[in-house]
Amino acid sequence: MATTDIHLHQDVHHHDDGHDHDHEHHGGNFWTTYIFSEDHKIIGKQFLITGIFWALLGGTLSVIFRLQLGFPDMNLDWLKPVLGGWITPEGKLDPEFYLALVTMHGTIMVFFVLTAGLSGTFSNFLIPLQIGARDMASGFMNMLSYWFFFASSVIMFVSLFLETGPAGGGWTVYPPLSALPQAIKGSGLGMTLWLVAMALFIVSSLLGSINYISTVINMRTRGMSFTRLPLTIWAFFFTAIIGILSFPVLFAAALLLIFDRSFGTSFYLSDIYIGGEALAHDGGSPVLFQHLFWFLGHPEVYIVLLPALGLSSEIIATNSRKPIFGYKAMIGSMLFIAILSFIVWAHHMFVTGMNPFLGSIFMLLTLIIAVPSAVKIFNYVTTLWKGNIIFTPGMLFSIGLVSFFLTGGITGIFLGNSAIDIQLHDTYFVVAHFHLVMGSASFFGMLAGIYHWFPKMFGRMMNERLGHIHFWITFVGVYMVFFPMHYIGIAGFPRRYYSWTNFETFSGFTDLNMLVSVAAVLTLAAQFIFLFNFFYSIWRGRLAPANPWNSNTLEWTTPRNPGHGNWPGEIPAVYRWPYDYSKPGAKDDFIPQTIPYSETPESNLPHETELIKLESTSGDDIIIQGGKLEGNH
Amino acid sequence: MAVDIKIVEEAREPRSMDPKKFGLWLFMATVVMLFGAWTSAYIVKRGDMGWSEIILPDMFWVNTVIILTSSVPMIWAVRAAKQDKAEQLKIALGVTTILGIAFVVGQFLAFSQMIDFHEHFTGGAVSHSFVYVLSGAHGLHLISGVVVLFIVLRATLQGRVHKGNMNTLEMCATYWHFLGVLWLYLFVFLLLNK
Repeated sequence: MATTDIHLHQDVHHHDDGHDHDHEHHGGNFWTTYIFSEDHKIIGKQFLITGIFWALLGGTLSVIFRLQLGFPDMNLDWLKPVLGGWITPEGKLDPEFYLALVTMHGTIMVFFVLTAGLSGTFSNFLIPLQIGARDMASGFMNMLSYWFFFASSVIMFVSLFLETGPAGGGWTVYPPLSALPQAIKGSGLGMTLWLVAMALFIVSSLLGSINYISTVINMRTRGMSFTRLPLTIWAFFFTAIIGILSFPVLFAAALLLIFDRSFGTSFYLSDIYIGGEALAHDGGSPVLFQHLFWFLGHPEVYIVLLPALGLSSEIIATNSRKPIFGYKAMIGSMLFIAILSFIVWAHHMFVTGMNPFLGSIFMLLTLIIAVPSAVKIFNYVTTLWKGNIIFTPGMLFSIGLVSFFLTGGITGIFLGNSAIDIQLHDTYFVVAHFHLVMGSASFFGMLAGIYHWFPKMFGRMMNERLGHIHFWITFVGVYMVFFPMHYIGIAGFPRRYYSWTNFETFSGFTDLNMLVSVAAVLTLAAQFIFLFNFFYSIWRGRLAPANPWNSNTLEWTTPRNPGHGNWPGEIPAVYRWPYDYSKPGAKDDFIPQTIPYSETPESNLPHETELIKLESTSGDDIIIQGGKLEGNH
Repeated sequence: MAVDIKIVEEAREPRSMDPKKFGLWLFMATVVMLFGAWTSAYIVKRGDMGWSEIILPDMFWVNTVIILTSSVPMIWAVRAAKQDKAEQLKIALGVTTILGIAFVVGQFLAFSQMIDFHEHFTGGAVSHSFVYVLSGAHGLHLISGVVVLFIVLRATLQGRVHKGNMNTLEMCATYWHFLGVLWLYLFVFLLLNK
């Protein structure tokens, strides 16, 4: 039935200025459609597939070094076909290669999976779809962002196959170890390629962030005020701002490191003797690098975490069939976390000999982060409270995220105390802390996002039962891996050690370490269930309905497989916030953002009825919009 | 078929500005953070023992005057374009470009002055390396600015910059003024923290 909209306002803006309606790439060939695409949805999927590749590789690396840590006497000859010379003639892992494994696992997971794979995928895919835009502010820059990431990936990947191995100085690449090519094998060409790859990565990340912010601020559809944005968009928005302010600092630090390594300056180097000979470098300070690095490094934690928190906010509200509890408190706490993330970096450096008074200030600021974090956890739990919870795989993974965020966050309060940190610094307690709060929580957020938005990405559903199996093995597995590490850490086991059995002090806990390693293997194995489910469902999954989760946000108003431009007709306008779930009086338990208040008198709150009156009387003329088919109203 | 008439409250158009111009401001924010990082590293390093004072080359004064002067024809160019005075626009842009190139050349002369003072990028004091990093990185950004100027100049010669199409020129002008201010900041910073 044809309906006519009467808009009680002057001009009716068409939001697709500058775009032709038929600008889908009809003539596009394989290359322009799938490879050098400027369409945000394809670019998002490119980030996703590359991210999955890296996640698999990063996970495999961790299992290799877990074998060494859990079973130090194991004969690893069977890995020779893959690792070749990195397995010593005695069938053991080469100690320097062990360092490279740890370094690459960290780098890959933090940057390539949880920054590019998470932000790159979901910011690209969801921002235009959820704010009602045809595409990103600059499709070309967006494409460049992916291809810089791809080039960076290729270089990082190539470095794995060098004879001297990839970078081995830890993912934080502290000088002097990273600055002197003669220090260890992993400080040679592998380190140079690491720096080049990271420089390209930073360019990619900045191009992406500029686009995300510019799009969110300037390209929202009619009615999409900031207070009607889904929390996903708020999270991506803050993430991009943090990225813009912190990644250039890493670039600055890395460039000085490159000068020290390859040009002979001494920003970070001083008083170093090799074989009794003093090096020419003089007057530098390695602590300077730590300051610069952690000025990025700490905000980076939130670059990784905030998108995951945003995704889970949306998924938890949708699948609890309840409005998110404390929408504005959620935004406020994310803003507060974003601000605090820039003024706590020195808590990574309590043992560098800093002034204890300065340490107390950084300790205080660090502990304050517990407040907005607790607000977020409280809001998640109160959203779930008395909801009609639907346990989709996405929902399960979101709840898993909340669990990890809490468990890992609590140990953050221990570590934030400068006095306790001196005991726990660089032990497995730290490893347990950040793997739970930032690693596993963000990883679960990413998986939740994939399960939840898969129908929109590929037009098909993923298998729910496999999703449940994947969730339970991974959830239990992650706790089995990281929970015992707290005990190992309190016992004083240092991280990054190749072997403990050589030290009398560390001869205990072998059983616990074995348990951790077995759990790690099982957890990695469970990810293949996901991989099968993912790729099988892309081609063979059940066809997705238009709005499989009965969700309110705009992306579910697009066709099953949206073309370039997202909406075939005009972009829908937005009349309400995205969390009208189970509104008292409403006939359904959800009211999409595109439904005006005037159509839902039965469920409007008094101030919403006022809103209709206000907006209806403010118009000068009544404009009848004819000749337009509105499917939804 | 009967036509339903629905009365719908108007959805307000959100406030927005040109996304590309906005993107430029964000890019400039990243540049600010880049130099912010280096200058704060400089201050931290200066507090350490063994800081050796810098003798700044006189050419820096000349170059500062050049880069600040170059903003004047840039302003003139934007005015001319708004009034559709194509000839003035071309001259103004040309003058800006020449001054920009003069600045880059001047910076190289400044470097050779520094070498005369035995202030080298490598092998010497950290303070000297910092001057090269700061001015060198600024120089690279300035070269990118000159490239942008050439692109806009070409568009102007083809008649594509006029009252109705100001975006490219305005973005170019914003970036150019920004580079001038950035150099002023670096220079004053170095003067105050020798």
